[in-house]
This record gives sequence, structure tokens and C-alpha cells, in this order.
Amino acid sequence: MGTREATSLLRLATAGSVDDGKSTLVGRLLHDSKSVLADQLAVVERVSKAKGLGHVDLALLTDGLRAEREQGITIDVAYRYFATPRRTFILADCPGHVQYTRNTVTGSSTADALVLLVDVRKGVLEQTRRHLAVAALLRVPSVVIAVNKIDLVEYDGAAYAAIAEELAAIATGLGITDVHTLPVSALTGDNIVNRSEQMPWYDGPSLLELLEELPVASDPGVGFRFPVQLTLRPQEAARDPRYVEYRGYAGRVSTGTARVGQEVVVLPEGVHTHIAGIDFAGVELEEAVTGASITLRLADDVDVARGELISSVADAPAPVTELDAMVCWLAEKPLLPGSRVLVKHGTRTVQARVAEILAKLDLDRMAPEEADQLALNDIGRVRVRLAAPVLAEDYTVSRRGGSFLLIDPQTQGTLAAGMIRGHEVFGNDFVADSWSI
Amino acid sequence: MRTAPVNHLEVLEAEGIHIIREAVAELERPVLLFSGGKDSVVLLHLAAKAFWPGPVPFPLLHVDTGHNFPEVLAYRDAVIEKLGLRLIVASVQDYIDDGRLLERPDGTRNPLQTQPLLDAIAEYRFDAVFGGGRRDEEKARAKERVVSLRDEFGQWDPRNQRPELWDLYNPRHRPGEHVRVFPISNWTELDVWHYIAAENIELPELYYAHDREVFDRDGMWLAVGPYSEPRGNELVRTLQVRYRTVGDMSCTGAVESDAADVAAVLVEVAATRITERGATRADDRLTEAAMEDRKKEGYF
Repeated sequence: MGTREATSLLRLATAGSVDDGKSTLVGRLLHDSKSVLADQLAVVERVSKAKGLGHVDLALLTDGLRAEREQGITIDVAYRYFATPRRTFILADCPGHVQYTRNTVTGSSTADALVLLVDVRKGVLEQTRRHLAVAALLRVPSVVIAVNKIDLVEYDGAAYAAIAEELAAIATGLGITDVHTLPVSALTGDNIVNRSEQMPWYDGPSLLELLEELPVASDPGVGFRFPVQLTLRPQEAARDPRYVEYRGYAGRVSTGTARVGQEVVVLPEGVHTHIAGIDFAGVELEEAVTGASITLRLADDVDVARGELISSVADAPAPVTELDAMVCWLAEKPLLPGSRVLVKHGTRTVQARVAEILAKLDLDRMAPEEADQLALNDIGRVRVRLAAPVLAEDYTVSRRGGSFLLIDPQTQGTLAAGMIRGHEVFGNDFVADSWSI
Repeated sequence: MRTAPVNHLEVLEAEGIHIIREAVAELERPVLLFSGGKDSVVLLHLAAKAFWPGPVPFPLLHVDTGHNFPEVLAYRDAVIEKLGLRLIVASVQDYIDDGRLLERPDGTRNPLQTQPLLDAIAEYRFDAVFGGGRRDEEKARAKERVVSLRDEFGQWDPRNQRPELWDLYNPRHRPGEHVRVFPISNWTELDVWHYIAAENIELPELYYAHDREVFDRDGMWLAVGPYSEPRGNELVRTLQVRYRTVGDMSCTGAVESDAADVAAVLVEVAATRITERGATRADDRLTEAAMEDRKKEGYF
């Protein structure tokens, strides 16, 4: 694929509390970046008028389901798309009230940046802290705090500064390193796409300008990892007779870079070999970077199946049969110690048992408390025994290598999002200051 | 030599291929919904890339309303032939002929596709149904998962969807249930066209500007044909048009356009102020929640 001007892709999640104007903000971002088309806007105008509103309610742009429009609430994560000449954005719009932890965890898991909305008149709420805690736990690389409704306090710089300072301190305390704050009014559009002229005391970028500059997430410092999805052996079904003997391993580069000639190890068996070739739909590549969906050919005649990991040698992860992990419980049915589950890690799914619930996280204090079960939206630390090894990595180092799902072996539903704790705390007795991952 | 993926289109392509491979690896009987429309064409293109140098390891399913554009059917058959694939056709016409479905008073057949689709899924016991649905198309689709569970009645329950975390998809399900898989969920109409241009993908000719006899119905240019006759005061004119979406002839509108090739279409799509469904689909204009209602019943 070639000639097109390169634009990068940034994944965003939004979060906020009830009535902080988040839907309006998303609507404004779409509208002012000219991502809303005339027929969509016509519907919003018509419905706003029918509701007797004096203004066009941009929040209506993001309410997709009938129940949402009827009840004036947002039920589920919705995905929005907008683009500037420099960047394409995927925005996961996470509702603030119903099941906010579940939604924010879902949105944050893929996000390069979280946009958190705060009402300048209300300041830092309990839910604001929780959203920041989830962002910290999920290791969202950048957090943008938009202090909204600044028009309702006469664009008061002092009111903004007090809240911005408090929020920045909380975020830093949680270990979030890249924090940005800015004053906005989603209703009037101040500092959303265009810089506001109402706030001479603020000379920073608008929200969209800021989002165009943020770094795209990467997992620095992690070697090459390639969870094998499928073995491709077309035999006589090959579309070209030259490939009857072809054997390649299909997958997506999880972290690092694959290079032809590079020595690799196939895990968990531990067999060493070299990358003989990198194929992409008939094109031979010299190397393939993080995120590339490719097919690898290996130098030696080794048997590799789905669920195995092809890794660089020097820093290859060790197979483990026990996980010390943080989990966000996402199911109605509570987690009890001893529960049988499936763990899906990369392309590997293994049977497992939750051996122990070590504690539950009090999101307000970011401190542990004792728990004998985890309920919907609870975040806790658990010990999981595995029936077969997985190639575990520290989530703080690798979001891809350190994340997993818990799946219900009976309903097949997704129960929890899991994050593997680092080896340096692995097996330690539980202490407060080693709590967060 | 090249490294991939660099730009956002390459990221979307890599993501789509990853999703297709995951579903094929985890499930037993996948099928791809293929209409000859541009989104399903792009989806098939990704599938062909995902399994190179092997064949696409699943059949295609076309739910034929009986009111399709003949040139799209010809295109469909040519693609099947070229890639050596198996095509299954679920025919709405058969259902109408034997009385299992009733023709609607407005003549629109798109909503009638649901039952033949669900019956075909049950008959062939398909457990993964790939579709070219995109979240930017419509607001109910904006809430759709990449891998989306359907119960034994084919129903979508938007209020009880599985959370989808990282790039760990969960296509597991109980017997009788199946999943719909949408590998190009995160693509926009413009992304699809950029990809068609970059990959030089052939489409049915009616996506490009051509002269056609059309008449105005409810602000939409419908083609004159065996399934869409002008009524009393609907004047027939010959205009230079193209189609932004391809569906049932009786409810898919053309747009006036002089975009005769992919480069011109790209310029046109980038500048357009109307969504593709708003411009061209009568079935989505029925009510504000038309798509949501059809999806809940098992539509794609």
C-alpha cells in the first residue's frame, strides 16, 4: 500500500461523571472538526426542537440506541471516528453512570489517551478519582483533563487553576506521567477545536490541537513477541503450485520488531531457530514492526501451533503456571475463590482456577481492603492457578504481553479483564505500597 | 523492503487481518457475507491476504433479495470464479414464492433478508459470520462489538454485550448461538475508498459515474428497472450518477456524480456532507431506530 499521505492513528477513550457534558463534548469535537454530516445534524436539530430545547443538543449525536434517547442516558461504549489532516482518531465514548468502571476499563484498555471531563463548578468528585485510578491501573499512556463549563463561571482563571492543580497532583500521585489539563466549554466550543478568545490567562493548545500532538502508545523496552494465531500449510490447496510445500506461522507482532535472520525461541517448548522469511500476502519483507499482521517462516523444521509464542531470545518471558494479577470483574455473577475459569492470554487459552482473592481495591483511597469475593465493577488482586503454562509478562512493561481475559467455561462469556503483576512483587505477601501494578 | 504498519490505513488493515485469523482459529464453521458491495469486497480482500498462499478457508453467503442490480450479480460470480470460492445463495425470492415471507406493501425487500440469513446460518451450522459492517455507518452500529454474540434466535442484545478488551476477542459461545464478526468495524467510508485505491481493488462498475435512467422518489434517485418502476407522477430522467452503497434496487438510491474513477470518488467522498446511508438507503429512513430494530432481529 503506498502513495497515500501518512497519517497516524490515535485511540482515545472519554470518561466523566453524570451531567459533566461529556456527550456534548464529543458532539462538539465531531461537529467542529466537520465530522458530522448534514443529514445527521438535521436529525439532531429536529429532535432538539421537538424536545423544546433552545439550542441544538449535540449530545444527541452520540446516543445510538432507542432506550438511550428515551431515557436521556448513554448505555454502552460507542465508537466514533474523526480525522484531521494530520491524524485519524478512534474515540471510545464511555458512559459515565451505568457500570462506569466496566465501561472505562473497556475503553482504556486500547486507548493511547484518556480524555477526562470535570465540571469546573463541582471540582474533583469521587468518580473523577476513580476514573484516574482506572487510567493509572490500565496504563493509559496520556491523560487529558478537560475542565468543562468554564463559561458558567465567567471564564474564571482562578477557579480553573485550583482544580487543575488538584487533579494534576492526584494523577501524578497515581503514577500517571503524561498529564495535560485545559479549560473548555463543550457547549460554546471554547478550546475544543479552536482556541478560546475568552481566556487570555490560558495560552495553551485547544483540545484537538493537543490530541494531534500526543504520542501514540508503544511498549518501549520489550523485545520481539509473536503469538502464533494459525499455521498456514496450504498443501495442494495452494493458489499457486509453488507454495504446496509452504509452511508459515500467521500472527500479529505484539511488541518489538521481527527481522529476517534473527534468532528466536519458540515458547513454551524453548526450541531455538531463526526467522527465515517474513511474508505479507505474497510480498517478502525484511522486517515487520509492532502491530503488523504477517506470516513468519522459520529456518528449522520445528512444529509450532496456535497458542505458542515466537520471541526474541535475550529477554524471552518465562512460562508460569500461576499468575499474580489485578482483575476488573465485569460479570453480574460475583467471583468466589476456587472458581473455575478459562484464561485467554495472547492466542493461548488455558483452564484455570482462581485460587485466592488477595484483596479488593478501594478506588477512593487507592488502597487494599480484605474481600472474600469480587462483585461487578470491583477491582481486586487474585492468584490464579493454570492447568498449562502461559508466557506471562509484567503489564507495566507490556500492555499486550501482560493482559488477559477470564472467561466463563459454561456460559463462554467474558468475566474479567486481567493484568499481570510484575515479577518483582510476585509472591510477596500483600503490602499496601506494592498494591498498584 | 518495507516495514508495516506505518500509516493509519496499514494499522486498520493489520487489525482486520488479525480479527479474521482469530475467528477462523477459534471457531469451526465460518462464512463471509458477500453482496458485491464495496465493504464486503474489502473484507474478502483482507481474508485473501490473511491466508495467503492458501485459499480463503470458508465459503461466501449472499442473501439475494431478488432485486439486485444485474451487474453486481455478474461481478459477484466473477470474483467467486477468480478466487475459486464456494458461494451459497439464500434467496428471498424463494421465500416469497412459497409463502414463507410476504412482500411488503412498499416493495422494499431489505428487511426480508433476516429470515433467509438466519435459516442459512442454522442449516449450515455456521458459527462465525463475517460481515462488512462499519461503526461509522449508523448509530446503532456504533455500539456494536467487533465480535458480537447472537443467541439461538439470531438476536442482538445491545444492552448485554460482552466487554471487548485490548485485542483479546472472545468468540466462544454455546451450541446454537453464533457470533457475527466485523473486521472492518473501525474503518470509515473514506478509509474504505482509500484502501480500494491503494490496493487497486476492482468494484462493480455502478460505484463509478455512468448515465442511468432514474426517477425521484422521496428525494432519492431510484433506477428504472424491473423492480423499481416509476409511479404516476414520478418523472424519468437520464442523469450521470453513481452508487455510494449497493443493495436492493428498489430502495437504494443513486447520487448525481461525475466521479468516474477511484481518485475522483475519493475527492467526492472527502467533500460530501451527507452520510452514505442517509443519501442512499430508503430502509434506514423508515424510523430513527430502523437499523437498531433490524439488527436486534438478526439482520447484518
